[in-house]
Amino acid sequence: MAKTTPLTRMAERLLHLPVPGGAKIMEVCGSHTVAIRRFGVQRLLPAGVKLVSGPGCPVCVTPDLFIDEAVALARQGVIVASFGDMLRVPGSRSSLERERAAGGDIRAVYSPLDALRLAEDSGRETVFLAVGFETTAPAIAVAALLAVEKKLANFSLLTSLRLVPPALKALVSESSGLAGFLLPGHVSAIIGRQAYGFLAASRLPGVIAGFHAEDIISSLGLLLEMHNKGIYEIVNNYRRVVRDEGNERSRSVLAEVFTPSDAEWRGLGSIPASGLVLRPAFAALDARQRFTIHADSAPRRKGCRCGDVLRGLIDPPACPLFNRSCRPDHPVGPCMVSSEGSCSAWVTYG
Amino acid sequence: MAKVLLAHGGGGSRSAELTRLVFQRFLRDPLLLEMDDAARLPDSGQVFTTDSFVVKPLFFPGGDIGRLAVCGTVNDMAVMGAEPLYLSIGFIIEEGLAIARLQRILASIAVACRQSGARIVCADTKVVERGKADGLFINTSGIGRPVFRKPVVAGRVKPGDAVLINGPIGLHGVSVLTARGEFGLRASIRSDVAPLWGLIRTCRALDVPFMRDPTRGGLAQTLNELVQGREFGVRIHEEELPIPKKVAAVCDLLGFDPLHVANEGKVIMVAARSDAKKALALLRRHPLGRGARRIGEITAADPGRVIMATRAGSERIVMPPAGEILPRIC
Repeated sequence: MAKTTPLTRMAERLLHLPVPGGAKIMEVCGSHTVAIRRFGVQRLLPAGVKLVSGPGCPVCVTPDLFIDEAVALARQGVIVASFGDMLRVPGSRSSLERERAAGGDIRAVYSPLDALRLAEDSGRETVFLAVGFETTAPAIAVAALLAVEKKLANFSLLTSLRLVPPALKALVSESSGLAGFLLPGHVSAIIGRQAYGFLAASRLPGVIAGFHAEDIISSLGLLLEMHNKGIYEIVNNYRRVVRDEGNERSRSVLAEVFTPSDAEWRGLGSIPASGLVLRPAFAALDARQRFTIHADSAPRRKGCRCGDVLRGLIDPPACPLFNRSCRPDHPVGPCMVSSEGSCSAWVTYG
Repeated sequence: MAKVLLAHGGGGSRSAELTRLVFQRFLRDPLLLEMDDAARLPDSGQVFTTDSFVVKPLFFPGGDIGRLAVCGTVNDMAVMGAEPLYLSIGFIIEEGLAIARLQRILASIAVACRQSGARIVCADTKVVERGKADGLFINTSGIGRPVFRKPVVAGRVKPGDAVLINGPIGLHGVSVLTARGEFGLRASIRSDVAPLWGLIRTCRALDVPFMRDPTRGGLAQTLNELVQGREFGVRIHEEELPIPKKVAAVCDLLGFDPLHVANEGKVIMVAARSDAKKALALLRRHPLGRGARRIGEITAADPGRVIMATRAGSERIVMPPAGEILPRIC
């Protein structure tokens, strides 16, 4: 039943592209990790070429402490609104899913504006878990601005926002043996091609890619050709969505509400200016200032190697827990919880 | 497992775990342990099944809780190769439900019964306090009579058999999801909820060793249940899967796999190789089977696994969903 189509021809070309000496390519974005395994792209790579997953899964890089804080808030009786993926992430001792079964008022929402509406309709203290990268942060900034405009006194944010370029810089400087990056499509739509100038300066090519099989396969082809020829450029291969200069308006909303700060990444440690926190003018919306949060934290479970997976140092099966005590229905580490996590993608799509 | 989580109701591996570790410690009748969609009663030869419906909202494009309650039980019997005969129905009504809404639901129950040929012959109502039932919950049970010439039992499935489906997938789950408006999505996708007996009975003379309606957990769940612990696997072809553009778009947006999304008017049919073409032609002749496709086949390679040949010429494993995909869709 195998038909020849433009896509299968493109895949054939990629498979037979000679890459002398091989190459290790990082796909930064969790959605790319999932797409790659859903389309089986990892089986279409030329000899010696290997794809590793990067730190671009928001749930995965969020430290345990953040979940512990959210659990503590839920136990104080406030409404905790969150993107659904966060519900199953285990913190030190509990998860939001378990808190919900125990009576905590935890709501899965798909937009920070839904959380805002919850606060308005219920009149109760509502905390939104502000997790994500440059893609989700602008919508959260808009929600913050609206909360101020509507003088909502019962809405606040528990922030754990992260920025992609500082994390890539940290990865590049630790000489990880990477030959190039498949760059995130949606994040790039906000920050633009120009944000990756530092990669070219480190003699690394990058291609901004979309999420269809065609996008990923053609982008990998471009990337490997640049690698072969020693060209170090950032190519925008997702022009139908990403403008080179990015989205100026989103960036200015971000800058109005948030300011960069040092932030802790699971696996990568603390990275300078890699997080976003509320500016002092928005302190009233900061859940950490509004509530006294006694996070019940404990050391991380032994054996979980999410950190190494996130740095592209190991493939998920090299973790001793992978698909044994850590499975999608009983996740230990966040890379198994998130639908964008690479461990979950490896189990789900093989 | 100290408390029941919503994920335990998702129909995936967490549901299976709840059944195995809690329910089966106490309820161990051999007929129940067969875990079919309906029990085959040894004395009368009839099939007997039950299902409860808690969908939210009560009305959604293409259907409502009443139509769902009839179709769900009728289809569970139909996929056993049985003609649905009698239904019981139980209503748990929340104080405050508008009589007009209840009447609309009852009218739609009557229509679905007429379409399926089943008769509702016993019923019960209970009313609970406001805030305890989200409008209305319904339970239906049914008795049916097997009429397929050859037994519809998964044990007869063998490599080379064809895997068919009667039309586009993912419509019900996405319809209910968008009807809730929770995600700010308004996609006007109609649920496929329909009684399948009229369609299925057209194949009663053929060799059809397995049928199942891919409801909670979608196609991925149903196919995995079929191959689990068996000597065979299933290979499906991405380019043959009927996934409507709107379903694909909503799934893309929310990060769902269309193969995990519930259907309420679809049947996966495994037809013996010799009867596959006939089955496909018969399905296509019926209004509920116009979009019928052959989506794959049973293979001896990869026993116990569902493999998908991707459009890019590669392959991947298809796993059942792990937890709560979308609660309260049926």
